[in-house]
Amino acid sequence: MASLDLVNVQKSFGPVKILHDISIGLKDGEFLVLVGPSGCGKSTLMNIIAGLEEPSGGSLTLEGRDITTVAPAERNISMVFQSYALYPNMTVAKNIEFPLEMRKVEKSKRAERVKSVSKLLQIEHLLERKPRQLSGGQRQRVAIGRALAREPQLYLFDEPLSNLDAQLRVDMRTEIKKLHQRLKATIVYVTHDQIEAMTLATRIAVMKGGVLQQLGTPHEVYNRPANTFVASFMGSPRMNLVKARVAAHGDGLALTIQQGSAAAVHIDLPRDAVPAALARYSGEELIAGIRAEAVTLATEGMVAGPMQRFVDARIEVIEPTGADTLVVLDLGGHEFTVRLDPDLALTPGQNARFLVDLSKLVCFDPKTESLIA
Amino acid sequence: MANAHTHAIVHVHGASGIQPRLDLARIALYAVLFACAVVFLMPVYVMVVNSFKPLDEIRSGNLMSLPIDWTVAPWLSAWSTAQIGVEPTGLRPFFINSFLLVIPAVVLSTLIGALNGYILTQFKFRGANLMFAAMLFSVFIPFQIVLIPMAKTLGFLGLAGTVKGLIFVNTVYGIGFTTLFFRNYYAAFPAELIRSARMDGAGFFGVMLRILLPNSTPIIVVTVIWQFTNIWNEFLFGASFSDFSSYPLTVALNNLVNSSTGVKEYNVHFAGAFIAALPTLIVYMVSGKYFVRGLMAGSVKG
Repeated sequence: MASLDLVNVQKSFGPVKILHDISIGLKDGEFLVLVGPSGCGKSTLMNIIAGLEEPSGGSLTLEGRDITTVAPAERNISMVFQSYALYPNMTVAKNIEFPLEMRKVEKSKRAERVKSVSKLLQIEHLLERKPRQLSGGQRQRVAIGRALAREPQLYLFDEPLSNLDAQLRVDMRTEIKKLHQRLKATIVYVTHDQIEAMTLATRIAVMKGGVLQQLGTPHEVYNRPANTFVASFMGSPRMNLVKARVAAHGDGLALTIQQGSAAAVHIDLPRDAVPAALARYSGEELIAGIRAEAVTLATEGMVAGPMQRFVDARIEVIEPTGADTLVVLDLGGHEFTVRLDPDLALTPGQNARFLVDLSKLVCFDPKTESLIA
Repeated sequence: MANAHTHAIVHVHGASGIQPRLDLARIALYAVLFACAVVFLMPVYVMVVNSFKPLDEIRSGNLMSLPIDWTVAPWLSAWSTAQIGVEPTGLRPFFINSFLLVIPAVVLSTLIGALNGYILTQFKFRGANLMFAAMLFSVFIPFQIVLIPMAKTLGFLGLAGTVKGLIFVNTVYGIGFTTLFFRNYYAAFPAELIRSARMDGAGFFGVMLRILLPNSTPIIVVTVIWQFTNIWNEFLFGASFSDFSSYPLTVALNNLVNSSTGVKEYNVHFAGAFIAALPTLIVYMVSGKYFVRGLMAGSVKG
């Protein structure tokens, strides 16, 4: 296992820039997930790490060794492909053995590796089969097995779960996480699925349009998104982003949420809940971001804590999901989704009082759309 | 697909009672197909029945009738004793010549085609498309045009009048077709397989020998049939670039039929022609279904 450093990696095809100055430092044993919508450059970045594409600029270092111009076979990196890329003419055992055979590993040692890898992934009974005789999940395991066989310094996973059905995807996700915990391997994983990113990663790199938007732990990315794109991309339902006006209120600040002719909603902000930089926006508009679960239904006689405030809103739509109920509110003219307990008796059109946890409030500059910290 | 379509019509109209007319159409269709089959098979029939007749029977009687006095003598004669040149050798030595020519030429042109297809699809070098277009163009060059330059080349290489020379010529002129076949097949080959093999440590030839070729059976079958048939039946190069010791079967057959000495032994000619046609017939019968399948597989993407 090893550390990986990307320094100012760029890629352009002619005048079109696919990747802009990507720098990521990865410590030994980290699980980095590259996430973003399609076309954001995450797969290109992965191919550059694999050596299948050459960067137009920048450098890559694996465990102190500069691998920028090293051939893919010499990098000591294995990759699990989206289509699994199992060799159709070889049995499962031969597939797993192939990278070892290409590296001229001794025959007895190869057999030993095949055995231990297949045992780890519980595919021992499939060893003599051809890939076409396997189900999607089994193929996935074999592909992972082939990557494990040669014990590389770095593993790459290119959307490995996207060809599986929903149930299997969740199971395999857990297995990959278990595998990472057991092997303590350094992994770079590409996906467009933000839930996969949240569940698997030790760190997430959110990308858009070839630009790294944020690099951080799942907790940071979820709770302190660097900009409105990250805020709305990560998490489901997406973070509520509403335009709000900042004004002085007593010796602190208050937000006013109002759009069109709707009744304004005022929230005075506890001083600890907001960054000092917010004062500069006094008298101006900004974008306030509040997660759906930061809001709860207020009950009779409830007292707001130091970081909590009451707001009144009308219930527009109720969407029960089973585990909890998503309720769309009209908050000062804005649609605002909150996640409530599943057993509450609410009806659309009803007005209700809610409790907002402002320790989870994040504010964004309306022009740059980046976090006001 | 045409079949399914017809079935659908039969079903719909059958319910409204127009079934008999469609049956008529069906009968007419089969009648036409049968007539075509008769036309195509007639020459084969004539060849086969007459090759088993003594010469008298052909001269006196009906070409279409079955032999009265069955004999394999014409076949034996065509194979081993008929007069081809000065010696009464039969077609046997030339049959062997053709095999000595066709096997290396097919193997070489197929392998080179596979290599070209691999390079043209997996390494996007500058001018790859131009190179491919040039190779494709070679397919359309009439062979007559190259006879004299090729004769010069063979003379220069010291291969004139030898089987090796014919192998060279047929390999060179096969490359256009084999490259076309393999390029189109490999253009649709899953790129991730090749990327995966590269990451697993396979080199240039490792990828080709371990990944591409083992997964190319359909297109290899197509190419082999195509090249085998063409080279086996090839006459012009054979007639132009070989001498008596290196004649391929087609040239020897021509000499057999055109020999001006003595009587025309039609039964021997028929048997000889059939001997010459047998290997290609067998190749088609054994792998015909792969041929059609492979042509389709290769032509979907390109």
